[in-house]
Order: sequence, then C-alpha cells, then structure tokens
Amino acid sequence: MKYMILIHSNPHFHERWAKLSAAERDDFGRRHYALSDALADSGELIVSEGLADPSLAKRVTARDGQTMTTDGPFAEVKEHLAGFYLVDCDSEERALAIAAQVPDAVWGLVEVRPVLGRHPEDM
Amino acid sequence: MSGPGTAVEPLLRELAPQVLGVLVRRHGRFDICEDAVQEALLAAATRWPADGLPANPAGWLITTASRRLVETWRNEAARQRREQNYVLLEPPSASPAPAADDSLALLFICCHPTLAVPSQVALTLRALGGLSTAAIARGLLLPEPTVAQRISRAKARIKAAGAQFRPPTDAERDRRLPAVMRVLYLIFNEGYATSSGPALQRVELTAEAIRLTRQLRQRLPGEGEVAGLLALMLLTDARRAARTRPDGALVPLADQDRRLWDAAAIREGTDLITETLAKAPLGPYQLQAAIAALHDDAACAEDTDWRQILALYDLLAELAPGPMVNLNRVVAIAMTHGAAAGLRALAAAEADPALAGHHRVPAVRAHLLEITGEYGPAAAHYRLAARRALSVPEQRYLSMRADSLIGSA
Repeated sequence: MKYMILIHSNPHFHERWAKLSAAERDDFGRRHYALSDALADSGELIVSEGLADPSLAKRVTARDGQTMTTDGPFAEVKEHLAGFYLVDCDSEERALAIAAQVPDAVWGLVEVRPVLGRHPEDM
Repeated sequence: MSGPGTAVEPLLRELAPQVLGVLVRRHGRFDICEDAVQEALLAAATRWPADGLPANPAGWLITTASRRLVETWRNEAARQRREQNYVLLEPPSASPAPAADDSLALLFICCHPTLAVPSQVALTLRALGGLSTAAIARGLLLPEPTVAQRISRAKARIKAAGAQFRPPTDAERDRRLPAVMRVLYLIFNEGYATSSGPALQRVELTAEAIRLTRQLRQRLPGEGEVAGLLALMLLTDARRAARTRPDGALVPLADQDRRLWDAAAIREGTDLITETLAKAPLGPYQLQAAIAALHDDAACAEDTDWRQILALYDLLAELAPGPMVNLNRVVAIAMTHGAAAGLRALAAAEADPALAGHHRVPAVRAHLLEITGEYGPAAAHYRLAARRALSVPEQRYLSMRADSLIGSA
C-alpha cells in the first residue's frame, strides 16, 4: 500500500526556523537524510524530495490548444507544500510511524494520505 | 521475459528457483547467486527463442549463471586484491538433482523476518518467480529503480542477518510460515484485479501466486492452512472473468454471470478444501476458502447458502477476529436474518476504531438501506463510500450505485 507523506509549511514555520541555531538546522536536515536512508534500506521508499520556495511556482492553464503560464504561487495560500515522501509500506499504522519520524512533525505540519490504487479489494 | 506465446518463459520461471537452489547450495552467498541466475535467465530469454532449447535447459542455466558468478568473484577479488580465490571456484555439475527442499529454503530466505513486507514480496517474485525487475515493477505499479534498489537492499539485509540457506526447522516453519503465506496472498491480491493496461504489459501476479502456493503445498502437504490458502486462491480466481465488464467496471458477486466462472478451478478448490477441512486443524485461510466454496457452489445468487456462510464467519470471528471479518459477517447476518438485523449488527461492528473512516462501512450500510427500500439515505452512503474508496474501480462502482438509486428514490 502506497502512502504520500506531505510536509506543509507556513509563515509560523519560517519564524520558528529563523530562531533555530545553525546546529539545530543542520540536525533537522540530517534527520531528513537519515530517514530517507533508513526507508531506502528497508525497501519502503519510492521517492522523497523537498520543494523549492513557492515564489518560484508557475501556474499553467491549457485550454483550446493554448497554454498560458503565470508566475507566482497558485493562490494566496497561507500554507504550502514544502516536500514529500512517497512510501510503500505494509499498513497505515506503519505509514503513520514513518510520518512521526519526519522532523517537521514536531510542528504538526505532516500529513499522511493513502494513494489511490488501480486494484480494488475483493468485494 | 514478458513476451506472450513463447514456451520459453514458463520453463524459465519453473527452472529459476531450482537453478538458484543448486548455486546457493554449492557456493553460499544468496545475494550474488541470485543476481547471476537473473542474468542467466535474461540471457536464456533472448537466446533460446532464437537458437532453440538447449538439450539440458537447467544445465545451460547453471553453467551460464556459474560463469557470471565467476566473473563477479573475479571482479570482487580484483577489487580486494585476493586473486587466488576465484581460481579455486569450480562450477557445480551441470546436471544436478535439485534438492526437493530448495524452493522451501528459498521461500523462507525471501520472507526473512528482517525484511519489510514489500521487500519480501519483491524478492520472492524475483528469486522464486524468476520475474525480471522490470516485470515486477509493472506488476506492483512501482518505478523500476525502486524495485531494483528494494531487491538489492533486501539481499544485503539477509546477508547481514547471516541467514542460512537450508530448509527451515520444524520450529522455524511453525513460526515463520504465517508470514510466508501472507506474502503469497499479497501477491495474489495485487494481481486479482482489473488489469486495464495492454495485455503485453500485464504481469499475471495471480497466476504466479497460485503457482508458488502449489509448490509450497507440494513441499508441506500436511499443512492445512497452506492447502486452505491454495483453495482460497483457486476459488477466488475462478470468478475472475465475471468480475469485471469489458470496460473495467466491477461486477459484484450477486450480479456476476456465473457461466463465466471457471468450473475446473472451482472443482479443484472445492475438493481441496473439503478434503482439508476433514483432516487438518482449522485455520483462517481454510474458513475463508470454505466461504468462497459456498459462494461458488450456488447456481445463482439466490441459492447461496447464507446460513452456513454465517456459521463460518462466526467461527472465523472467533479464530481470527478482526474488523473486516466483522464487517463481512454483518452482510451474512443481513442475508440470513434480514437487513434490519444487519443494520443493528453494523452499528455494533463499526464501533471498532480500526473501521473509522473505512469506505466499507458506508458501502455495507448503503447496501442494507437499499434492500430495505430507503433509497435516498442509501445513495448518500454510497457517495460517502465512493469518496473514501481506495481504488479507482471501487470509486466508480460505488458512484454508479448511488446514481442508479437517484432514479428510483
């Protein structure tokens, strides 16, 4: 079963981040790498990435054969996506345990969503 | 290795664990032997269709894999400046008698307790199923590098754990057989689905799971639960052709065209579970198989022996209690004692926190409300279930049920 672990961010996070010491920030990054490594080692990691700042986002509209691109974030959102882990694990319980190890979970910014499958369960 | 119509592929898949068993017994080192066998299988998949089958296919694979093994060893030795090691390596005899228990030893290594379940699944498909990494990735809907990495890390873990290549002892077998059966059942369920992709892309994981479970049963004929699992797979897979419409839409059991069911598979599964229930200690797979057999035995949905199915669910709820068993039992109660009794049982079953937010709860409620003629609320619950469903075909099916009720409300 695949789960998407979404890491959100918001202005609060930026304030808290700014207050961290350099060592604390390093530790944050190291724990992300350590989690990725551990999940790769257990075979549960599909992919994990951090996303660049939402100010670099481009919004795309494709209609009637015309493509339009506008700069800037998708909307005036207070919260945005900062990164994700896509994992394949045995149960939702396990996915939640993985999410709890994401450093950002300390700020309550981590969300776990099941990925829609192509296979129905037996009916 | 996914080309249709070649006689080579089934033969390779059959030989893969035998050849691997011979090499590992001779050389140890499950990890690099498994790579060598995989390369030999790939070589055979290209060469044999063009050149014709060798006189001794297993011998050809063993010789080719041994040569790869020597190359690997030579490279390793060069790296480590220990050139003398590989010179001493002799390939095993090209026509060995595969030990009967090799496949059992392999299965227990692939389902080693140090591995996460997804890794156990991937490694089993490769080492025992002889499937390529690409084929496994297609079957599991994963990127190929993910599967490749998963397999190589799994082998590194097995090596680090110091796992021995030998048939399991009785104690190990008792302890680890449930995990092995679970992996086989997961492989079956991955494949038991509407496979909408082009036929060439399809990997028949269902057939593979049945094949591996058959092998396991040959090795462990006295294990009632292994027989039960095989019967359950046969009896479930027998309905495959009736389970989806040509456009991929799901057809529930009650609406399936039973003429499309595979009578031979039903007979085999029914005989197997009947014989097993008579002599083996009861277990959850056997009970589920017995329930499947009762469904398959009914000439039409109305003929289903729900009273007996309910009795089996009662037993199952005692032997292997769980929220899904309770939910299935609710349906059996409704079919035996009426929808109102079913709704009362559902209210009790859904108190289990494990079912909070599960799409099956509103789906069952919708079904029972539909039976009692409360179409409006039924449609609302079908919609809620559709929103919570975890697969696209189920979403479509549940939305369709909701839509169909709007007309009759």
